[in-house]
Amino acid sequence: MVLVPALVFSSSALGQSGRPQQAPVVKDQKSGVAKGQKAAPAAAPRHDLSGTWEPADGPSEGIQIDGVKAMPNDGKPEHQLPYTPYGLQAYKSHRALAGADENLPGFNNDPRDKCEPLGFPRMNFYNLRETQILQNEYKVAILYEYGTVWRVIWTDGREIPKLVDGGVLIGKEVKEPRYYGYSVGKWVDDTTLVIQTTGMMGEDRVWLDTAGRPISDQVRVEERIHRLDHDHLEWTVRIDDPKMYTKPWVAMNRFPMKLENPRRDVMEQYCSLTEMENYNKVFASPASTPAGQKPER
Amino acid sequence: MKAKVVAALVLAGVVTLSVPLFAHHGTAAFENEKKVTVKGTVTEWLWSNPHCLLQFDVKGDDGKVAHWVGETQNPVSMTNVGWSKAAIKAGDEVTVTILPVKNGLTLGRVVSVLLPNGKTLISGEGASREVRDEIERQVREGTSK
Repeated sequence: MVLVPALVFSSSALGQSGRPQQAPVVKDQKSGVAKGQKAAPAAAPRHDLSGTWEPADGPSEGIQIDGVKAMPNDGKPEHQLPYTPYGLQAYKSHRALAGADENLPGFNNDPRDKCEPLGFPRMNFYNLRETQILQNEYKVAILYEYGTVWRVIWTDGREIPKLVDGGVLIGKEVKEPRYYGYSVGKWVDDTTLVIQTTGMMGEDRVWLDTAGRPISDQVRVEERIHRLDHDHLEWTVRIDDPKMYTKPWVAMNRFPMKLENPRRDVMEQYCSLTEMENYNKVFASPASTPAGQKPER
Repeated sequence: MKAKVVAALVLAGVVTLSVPLFAHHGTAAFENEKKVTVKGTVTEWLWSNPHCLLQFDVKGDDGKVAHWVGETQNPVSMTNVGWSKAAIKAGDEVTVTILPVKNGLTLGRVVSVLLPNGKTLISGEGASREVRDEIERQVREGTSK
């Protein structure tokens, strides 16, 4: 079943500026731009991220198979994460299908392969593809292609919930942890939304990335989405998880996205346990058998 | 024209191997620089996640039939390079180029499929980043017209 957020948005095909979500194409000489060339993108509208966005450097750029974009798990010293002893232990308990400690397809324990929710912030680090952003005066909703998952970021002035034992404190009530946490956003200038998220699931339920890096229920995530101009934005994600890492670090650094045709129909990319089990049986398990052995298929 | 050129380079094996495309797993199980090309009959083309699966039978010179299973990327990624659920069907006589697994079984990553109608589908596996980008760009321009 595909779920649709029950929100009424102020704009759909148009941004809040009322401008179509594509750079205008020059048709004559009045603009001073040669025929066949696109005019420079218009300025970014104020306090508006709405649109359908995709990775600017190609549709595969957001897959992040070897781990978070800014710090891939490729064995390079500069990409080593500042693990706490507990964080390193958690990492070593993960049998990932990619990264420096890659396992064969038949031997992994990624919760993704059981079709468990990826949770946040992993949603930003796994198959970040065509991403729809809708907003009204109270909230911004980010609709991810993978898993048909959305997040709601409150922009109505509320404070970020406080992390407490068992979840987060909202008013006088302790609320349960969520896979996608509790998010609050504030415009720090006309074109930059800073989002704080906390209250996520713990390390027994979620991973940080496909390379097996861990994340805990103590994490605080800061996102900075800056709309450079009408057609481009940059997305930065900072991880602050004292349980797993000795200091905060940046996992996605000004990741570029570009605006798509507003009429583009975004495909589903889903996890089906039925299809996963068939894939493992037909392909992954036999592909992982040591050389010389011929298992029944 | 440029798309035809890059397709020809992929098929000829001229383009050097590059970063793997897969969104689900790495490439440790595969021969990444050894391509095999076989002719066979499709038994199933499964449009599924986390990978689409092409199953086909190859008859050897000795008359024995080997059953092959080739994986591609997921449906979204394959759509980006111009493939579809309807593009291949059981019974099609195809020529498949594949990067086989290391353990010797008849499994691998599909590089390309020559269809009965003469059209060749290119997966982007075994191709450079530049080639993949060009294929994706051509497909996107074609579908957005």
